[in-house]
Amino acid sequence: MSDGMIEFRKEFFADERDDTLNEIGKPTRRQDILGHVTGRSPFYDDHLFQGLLHMRCARSPHHAARIRRIDTSEAERTPGVVRVLIGRDVPLNLNTLLSLLDFGIDDEPVLATDRVRYRGEPVAAVVADSEATARAAAAKVRVEWEVLPHVLDVEEAIRPGAPVVLDIYPGNRFIYHGKYDHQKLRYGDVEAALRAADHVVEGRYQMSPIEQAPIETCGAIAAPETNDRFVCYSSTQALFFSLATSSKLLRLPSSRLHFIGGTVGGGFGGKVDSIHEPLAILGAMLTGRPCKYMWDREEEMQVGAPRGAERWYISDGVMRDGRIVARKFVGYFDSGAYTRLSSYAIIKAVGHLPGPYTIPNVSADVSCVYTNRTPATAMRGFGITGVDFAIEAHMDKVAEVVGMNPIDFRILNAYRDGDMKAHRRSAKNCALIECCQVVAEKAGVQLSNAARTASSRQGGGGDRGRLPAHTALDQSGRVEGFDTGSYARKAGQRPATQHQVPAPVAARASPATQAASVQSRPRVEETRVAPSASQTTQQPAPPQQHPAPPSAPPRSGPIRFSSLSGFRRR
Amino acid sequence: MTLHRGRGFAAINYPIGMNLGGDPSQALVHSNPDGKFTVTLSSIDLGQGMKSVTRQIAAETLGIPVEDVYVDTADSDTGPHCMGSFASRGTHRVGNAVIQAAQEARAVMLDAAAEELEVDPADLVTDGQGNIHVRGAPSRSITTMAACQAAQFRQGKTVSGRGIFLIPLSEVDPDTGEMTPVSCFAHAAMIVEVEVDDETGEVSVTDMKSAYEVGRALNPKLVEQQLRGGAWMGMSHAAWETTEPYYPDRAHGPVDFSGYLMPGPGDLAPHHISILERPAPDGPFGGKGPGEMCANPVLPAVVNAIYDAVGVRIDDLPVTPEKVLRGLRAQGGAKPRRRL
Repeated sequence: MSDGMIEFRKEFFADERDDTLNEIGKPTRRQDILGHVTGRSPFYDDHLFQGLLHMRCARSPHHAARIRRIDTSEAERTPGVVRVLIGRDVPLNLNTLLSLLDFGIDDEPVLATDRVRYRGEPVAAVVADSEATARAAAAKVRVEWEVLPHVLDVEEAIRPGAPVVLDIYPGNRFIYHGKYDHQKLRYGDVEAALRAADHVVEGRYQMSPIEQAPIETCGAIAAPETNDRFVCYSSTQALFFSLATSSKLLRLPSSRLHFIGGTVGGGFGGKVDSIHEPLAILGAMLTGRPCKYMWDREEEMQVGAPRGAERWYISDGVMRDGRIVARKFVGYFDSGAYTRLSSYAIIKAVGHLPGPYTIPNVSADVSCVYTNRTPATAMRGFGITGVDFAIEAHMDKVAEVVGMNPIDFRILNAYRDGDMKAHRRSAKNCALIECCQVVAEKAGVQLSNAARTASSRQGGGGDRGRLPAHTALDQSGRVEGFDTGSYARKAGQRPATQHQVPAPVAARASPATQAASVQSRPRVEETRVAPSASQTTQQPAPPQQHPAPPSAPPRSGPIRFSSLSGFRRR
Repeated sequence: MTLHRGRGFAAINYPIGMNLGGDPSQALVHSNPDGKFTVTLSSIDLGQGMKSVTRQIAAETLGIPVEDVYVDTADSDTGPHCMGSFASRGTHRVGNAVIQAAQEARAVMLDAAAEELEVDPADLVTDGQGNIHVRGAPSRSITTMAACQAAQFRQGKTVSGRGIFLIPLSEVDPDTGEMTPVSCFAHAAMIVEVEVDDETGEVSVTDMKSAYEVGRALNPKLVEQQLRGGAWMGMSHAAWETTEPYYPDRAHGPVDFSGYLMPGPGDLAPHHISILERPAPDGPFGGKGPGEMCANPVLPAVVNAIYDAVGVRIDDLPVTPEKVLRGLRAQGGAKPRRRL
């Protein structure tokens, strides 16, 4: 299909390119293709150790419930079962990937102990000598549930009186910068511009939850290695995220972990914040044998974190000649029951608005909303795909309202080199106009003379490159009593009744403490001092009922990837 | 029953990489005794070609044939840190780290060659075929193999290099959203043609014509596979896939590929791709990342094409026959627009 179906339009931007390179630009055959096409490339699931054990989880059938009791005795008596893990077996049973970047706090147990917040949440992990036995025994884990009210819609979840998904987020919204219950974008004066526009066009758009659907389902195989280490073969998309998460949750220094991956059967975002590695390693630690934890297809599709749903409202103010003068967004990301990566996707989305157009007045309020559904995570185009769908479906409507050809309309409003963007940085290296022109030419769409001769390199900057003279600011969604670096309710305010596990208290308190302690320091020092200073306070206390884990030496705190401690305001 | 044809357009840009917490990747490069090089990474090849594109980048920078480079990745005992393969960051971030590491190794190789040839290293060039020679004097040359051997066995030099590329953390203003989200953007535009059956509500995508701007197509075949596959995924997102067909209700969630639908070979539309290359000033040889953005224009282009064909706006994805039929019924039948 490819012959005649692809062309390289070298005439565009030729003066910005050196096309006389030796290896770059050649269709060189892949380094690993022979292994792939002959079925010999080693993926994680090819490391089938002798005596390999298999892990399967028992999961919640409810959207929300309190756990009164977990009875694993029948599962443990099943012939072939070696061990049944529950929450108290996990040395640090509270996690969120972004806390490794000092953005957000740990909110999700590896194995639920007192409450479940989505259907499919794991409460126990059976380790057995065959997958079939593990599966059969997982069905024998008995849990006494007290079903709780649940909420599944993002806009219902943020209404007063909605069931609270996570106690640390009492409004069911992530807190940004300790200041607002959403991320704001304010550029110019959108309301004034909407009033002055010739037409206002409104729309509501819904992006669906979608499964990443890699051919190779998520998983890991871990085994005790010589010299008191553990090897872990993993399908991770991010080797060091997985290593650091395992190091943190298992309270093992990274030097005792040997992670091997890199050849993966598709990811699409679903293998960035996986939790298979720490569970597989824990299985190996507690049994002394190799242990595999791999999702089946049903788990991959229903309890594996999908691309989350997004709901967007867009209002455009447009003039009769087709110039968009105002664009306003209200967005809700459905994070599901835990934060995972949704809080970050919103930052990325807000930095992307209003799409590739130069619009003098833009605003956005975007919320990360908790609901009782499978937590969402990254997927191809994370933070962007959903809002691009909304923007471009909306552009089609606005073009129709002003009676313009949809491509002419895009080119008229397209951003050009030197234009100021809504996140207050200059546009450069633009090429939207040229892409539009090439497609119009191929499809035989007659463009206006202005659109046909437009260029990303001309006509930008000048007045279009200046910041708005006035930006309307507001305090909507303001929350009180938070430190700059805190993301959830401030320490000491949370009712103590909800969790038996005291861990969230410590976890919640520490970012606030951290932020407070660094604020008095000069900026440069902060980057170096804060992460190590936080390590001793960062470790949440273990669950009360279980033996204290070996206390980590001070030099072996969790790995952190942050260049700054806390996501501070400028 | 009538089949209605329509065309829909969409255009997008896409930010390359993530910036939260700072976004670094590292690379190590070293030469074997015989001048074959190993690039050591912790980056992940998901099928997108991470190993292959970094191999070409290393070869180009070192000035040696691609066959002389092998990329070894994702063993935490040997590979330096990488944030991971996501956010379209691999080519851009890791590629830049590989360039830096390869430049350091290349400098040692040229120093060694200069010592053997008794010339100034600044006068030396590589021919990309495994030879180092004096600029303008191809006969005064030494093979890269001999230079690396001399370095390691006569001169006592390690032909190796270290590289890191870091995009620093972008702070975000809580009140205005001011930030530096990323350093470069890829672009795309697309026209999709659909056929809508006004009796069954079924939509088929019959043609796609696209233009993708990718900075530089470092390996045109790898770029093409990304764009073709990504556009397929966009089409699938538009009119096939969901884990929750009645969102926000959780009922009827698919559990396997007989319930979770995706376009099969018979559903594929011809897709004519045009590639534009405006090099990113901070990209490896100008490269951006084509991986994620290629899906994005397809979703809105499909719903816009359905409107063009029958006058029904589908604002909730995915498009299903049920939604199309309900829309047709609400407006009393197909109302073709034919704007494109």
